[in-house]
Amino acid sequence: MDPRESIINRRFDNIKRIIALSGGKGGIGKSLTAATVALILAGRGCLTGLLDLDFCGPSAHVILGGAGNFPEEDKGILPPEIRRNLKLMSIAYFTGGNPSPFRGNDVSNAIVEILAITRWESLDFLILDMPPGIGDPALDILRLIKRVEFLLVTIPSLVAVEVTKKELRVLNELGIPVLGILENMKRNDGAMIEEEAVRNRVPFLGAVDFDPDVEDALGKPDQLLNTRYAKQLGEIINNMKGFEACR
Amino acid sequence: MHEWALAESVVLAVGNEIRKENIKEICRVKIKIGELQQIDMEIFKLALENVLGIHLPGVDINKIILDIDECTLKCKVCENTWNYRDALKNLEEDEAEAIHFVPEVSHIYMRCPSCGSPDFSVVKGRGVWIDCIEGEK
Repeated sequence: MDPRESIINRRFDNIKRIIALSGGKGGIGKSLTAATVALILAGRGCLTGLLDLDFCGPSAHVILGGAGNFPEEDKGILPPEIRRNLKLMSIAYFTGGNPSPFRGNDVSNAIVEILAITRWESLDFLILDMPPGIGDPALDILRLIKRVEFLLVTIPSLVAVEVTKKELRVLNELGIPVLGILENMKRNDGAMIEEEAVRNRVPFLGAVDFDPDVEDALGKPDQLLNTRYAKQLGEIINNMKGFEACR
Repeated sequence: MHEWALAESVVLAVGNEIRKENIKEICRVKIKIGELQQIDMEIFKLALENVLGIHLPGVDINKIILDIDECTLKCKVCENTWNYRDALKNLEEDEAEAIHFVPEVSHIYMRCPSCGSPDFSVVKGRGVWIDCIEGEK
């Protein structure tokens, strides 16, 4: 019997909301959205955790300009506070910038380990940066974290939208709460994603324009927060129930 | 004290089984400690004793048997089999420490000694595992 799973949900006892940023396809800006949402919430005074679950290609620490100190050991591991109100946990602390040639079973095992030993303490929000797809990592999160809510990110491309629809179908089938769909990298007036959201009876949260200034702001959180991208994202979050400033 | 978290998970898992199976008295709990995770046995035992006192005060620490599980690795490419103990001496301290926290990162810092592939499986001895729980109902 694997004892680690018995402790996982206790690790989330003092976390008010657990939001998984997902969307199926790779390259649609999930990690950027997850990191920026975490920055915005932390900036609003919400105690926020960001857990990078893309174990084969972690990038939250790159977007945020560094991972801070190595996690401290204290009856588990304590995620470093990399910025006021923002804690980060990532496999990057343990991979030393090397490539991670993990098979599915390895990813599952590593996810269970990280969930079991990470002591988040009290948080208003824990943001999960999900890897692409609805394979092992997504299924592990659905199995192991009972209170997870999904926020789906997609881009106005038929290929991406089709994959997002499939993920939505799985989540609906399993009765997992979906906060809505966020359109990322919008380039024109097309309404494909909004129409799909209506068709699939899921809230359309809004659209964020493609912003060429974002690339220069990667690794510079203050600059990132000043981009049009982050401001539009902040407005969308303003309209989401329970995402108001925390204190 | 990463060992504390693992000890806590063992005690919680045993507690869950006691409730699920309606066990009145624990006779023996056998725990395998996989070598790959390099658990400090003294710290683990101390943590176990402390956590038992908090969550399962009725369970005697002496009923918990800890067995070291030798770690065997097998290459998926050339099928070579080797022991972690032999590979450990080639690891830097920070690499061994990373494997201690998340044993899967062994795929980053270790290679098959025969063909050099990172594509190997941990046949046995990964980490902490409850082998059996025996009790009276």
